[in-house]
Amino acid sequence: MITIALAGNPNSGKTTLFNALTGSNQFVGNWPGVTVEKKTGHYKGDKEVAITDLPGIYSLSPYTLEEVVARNYLINEKPDGIIDIVDGTNLERNLYLTTQLLETGIPVVVAVNMMDLVRKNGDKIDIKKLSKELGCPVVEISALKNEGIGEAVEAAKKAVAAKSEQKVHKFSAEVEKYLTEIEDRVGNTVPQSAVRFVTIKLFEKDSRIHENYPSLPDVSALCADAEKELDDDTESIITGERYDYIGSMIGDCYKKAKKGEATISDKIDRIVTNRILALPIFALVMFIVYYVSVTTVGGILTDWANDGVFGDGWFLLGIGRDAYDEDVEGYDDAQASIEAYDAVAQANEILAASIGATIDMENEDGETEAVEVTEALQAEATETLEEYLNEDGTVVWQKWSDEEDEETGLFYELIEVTAEDYAAALEVEEPDPSDYGPWIIGIPALLDLLIGEGAPLDCTGTFVYGLIMDGIVAGVGAVLGFVPQMLVLFIFLAFLESCGYMARIAFIMDRLFRRFGLSGKSFIPMLIGSGCGIPGIMASRTIENEKDRRMTIMTTTFIPCGAKLPIIALFAGAVFNNSGLIAVSAYFIGIAAIVVTGIILKKTKLFAGDPAPFVMELPAYHLPTVGNVLRSMWERGWSFIKKAGTVILLSTIVIWFTSNYTITLKAVDEFADTSILGWIGNHIAWIFSPLGWGDGKAAIAAVTGLVAKENVVGTFGILYGADVATEGGSEIWANVGAYFTGVTAYSFMVFNLLCAPCFAAMGAIKREMNNGKWTAFAITYQCVFAYLVALCINQFGRLFDGRGVQPVGLVVAIIVLVGFIYMLFRPNKYADANNGITAEPEHA
Amino acid sequence: MKTLNEIPTGSTVTVKKLNGSGAVKRRIMDMGLTKGTSVYVRKVAPLGDPVELTVRGYELSVRKEDAAMIEVE
Repeated sequence: MITIALAGNPNSGKTTLFNALTGSNQFVGNWPGVTVEKKTGHYKGDKEVAITDLPGIYSLSPYTLEEVVARNYLINEKPDGIIDIVDGTNLERNLYLTTQLLETGIPVVVAVNMMDLVRKNGDKIDIKKLSKELGCPVVEISALKNEGIGEAVEAAKKAVAAKSEQKVHKFSAEVEKYLTEIEDRVGNTVPQSAVRFVTIKLFEKDSRIHENYPSLPDVSALCADAEKELDDDTESIITGERYDYIGSMIGDCYKKAKKGEATISDKIDRIVTNRILALPIFALVMFIVYYVSVTTVGGILTDWANDGVFGDGWFLLGIGRDAYDEDVEGYDDAQASIEAYDAVAQANEILAASIGATIDMENEDGETEAVEVTEALQAEATETLEEYLNEDGTVVWQKWSDEEDEETGLFYELIEVTAEDYAAALEVEEPDPSDYGPWIIGIPALLDLLIGEGAPLDCTGTFVYGLIMDGIVAGVGAVLGFVPQMLVLFIFLAFLESCGYMARIAFIMDRLFRRFGLSGKSFIPMLIGSGCGIPGIMASRTIENEKDRRMTIMTTTFIPCGAKLPIIALFAGAVFNNSGLIAVSAYFIGIAAIVVTGIILKKTKLFAGDPAPFVMELPAYHLPTVGNVLRSMWERGWSFIKKAGTVILLSTIVIWFTSNYTITLKAVDEFADTSILGWIGNHIAWIFSPLGWGDGKAAIAAVTGLVAKENVVGTFGILYGADVATEGGSEIWANVGAYFTGVTAYSFMVFNLLCAPCFAAMGAIKREMNNGKWTAFAITYQCVFAYLVALCINQFGRLFDGRGVQPVGLVVAIIVLVGFIYMLFRPNKYADANNGITAEPEHA
Repeated sequence: MKTLNEIPTGSTVTVKKLNGSGAVKRRIMDMGLTKGTSVYVRKVAPLGDPVELTVRGYELSVRKEDAAMIEVE
């Protein structure tokens, strides 16, 4: 077994080569302790060759995470050989890394990629001369067209077997003089093959080389002499010498056909990053990405996954869906008519009877039982009549809809039920979907056939049934329901990244976002986050800089996602007279939260430290292959299912269990005060009373929002007394409106918009942070931030809404506000470390 | 001596000296902006920063504050 490392610049086609070499025999993971992806695999043509894909790097400097990972791998793991993939259309800069790889003492084979493009441009690369100059084998390949890749591996195998010493290029005489002296001092402290590499690193004053080899000599005096003599710092001397060396030999090996003529890529770029056109084009691209992956295709797929696969079932290709929906509505109307008519009849019977008499009543399970008529029962009956009887004595019920009735301005219409209607309604049968088209039963419905009522393994009402149906299936559904939409988005991301546009996005948006500690590429996660935070967070992977990425992950879910809209709609309807301003303000608060967080955290130690220069290559545009796009889509989707899935599933089960069982493990009604969750809610309610909503119900609703934000509305429906809560929650408006004032409602809404997102999003945060501490920090920060903002809203709101001032609360709110303002405007004491210009030049 | 951030788009200049130190300087040099390199200032981003350069036959994007470290003529 031999191991070969694949090294090369970003955009050199390394991933394509790796995929071509390993096919499906690859394993994707992370390098230990860091969020840099590690891919390993076996060569398709020879299982005895293991291939490790190093991160795409430009150099072996000690400064960036990717470069350190690659260095440590080469030094500590000592692969048998290196295939250095070099972009033939950008030879000069790509060979810069080659000069460094050659010094490691590990046999290198240079694979000049994109030879098809080089030939198409009419350029010429003299492979033989290049090989002679570099002192290592050079092969021509085209990873995209699958040309020459087998030869590259064979050459590497041969180089490994030969164990011949690699010739290493020499720097200028002045530099070599110092290097020789250092080499003598290093002597036998490191393995013979690594001497040249270590010597140069010592000369460069590279701090990390001492971590790899602890007993190295001190050469600082020599370096100081060299710096004096050559009037530059040693690191820059070596960098400059390398490029000088490449410049001196490249003229012989590389002949460019047309000089200065614009390529197709140049022409595209002239339009795409044009000063005037760049922003409109960017907006258009973003619109398409959003429209397809969130609104249309993605939305349809998510509905299909949630309501079809993890709901009752779905019609194959939607055949029969409309007719079925229509009949279901008719059936539901009929049921409502029957219910209203029966309720009125029952109420009349109760009112006609005298107190103390017994009458027959139907209980919840549909069984008839004898009930004693009491005053309370009669009062209830009177209420029922008020609800269902019109002024002229006809039976009516309210049919709710999501849209406002144009004539009445109401969200419901009154449906009259006559005796004939009632008789007709009794005749309406529940429609069976399989009568309407090719019906495929959903997973819960399918399971219900196995373990539901009357099924062979009937276990309804038992713990097992609840666990499987409401815990596990609902949990798995919550994980997988997002996957189809995510895959659509990942196709776009993979395309944008590999075609070269993603780098342009960073170029266009950098100025706006960097003020908040974000990258220009943060725009995509935030945009997608307005549809669903989970793919939004996953989209942050395109950001190379770790700090920018972390900041993006932390702030993406501040933008109200689709599932938070019902919460906004509920309060806008219940408390704010359906004002459209509430929804607008929710987005505004989300953006403000991102900006404030960015500015505050940027000035903390967490996001300071090693400066991260924004010196970025703008690669040539090219059309990616379908295979590579799909593979990238699948890798990301699968990593979400694997890593985030377990977190989401577990938490859904926990919430299901705690809301349905008491501490003594007795089953109770969902969210009852005696359930574990109800108990917790009532005991933590005091925490939220400074925010203006200290009753247990709101606290429970906020907790259930962690499963999925739209659950907040559903929980409100159950707790504030309504049988069914539809999206927007129209039925419970009156009840909710009675519990909240404008200020407390707004405080509750803002808290729920900003606090920890749903478990699925938390799972995605964990996946992308790949670090327990950072995940915990992100979620804690979001909760604390949400709490403080809601606190300020409530306490300052009290000044105006007539509830009177709470002195302690107001003082705390003022302190919090002053604290925020201080954090926003204090000078950044880490600014110096982040900014190269203010640092004194070493040799002024 | 002018610095790179002061150079108008469409002009070609030669790198004379790099100020600064550490990661930013190393990164700029790693990307090929070494002493004596010829640099073409290609365009400025729509929001005024960063700038796009052509160096050693490829396109590179650099922020103006980093470009201020590069002395050119």
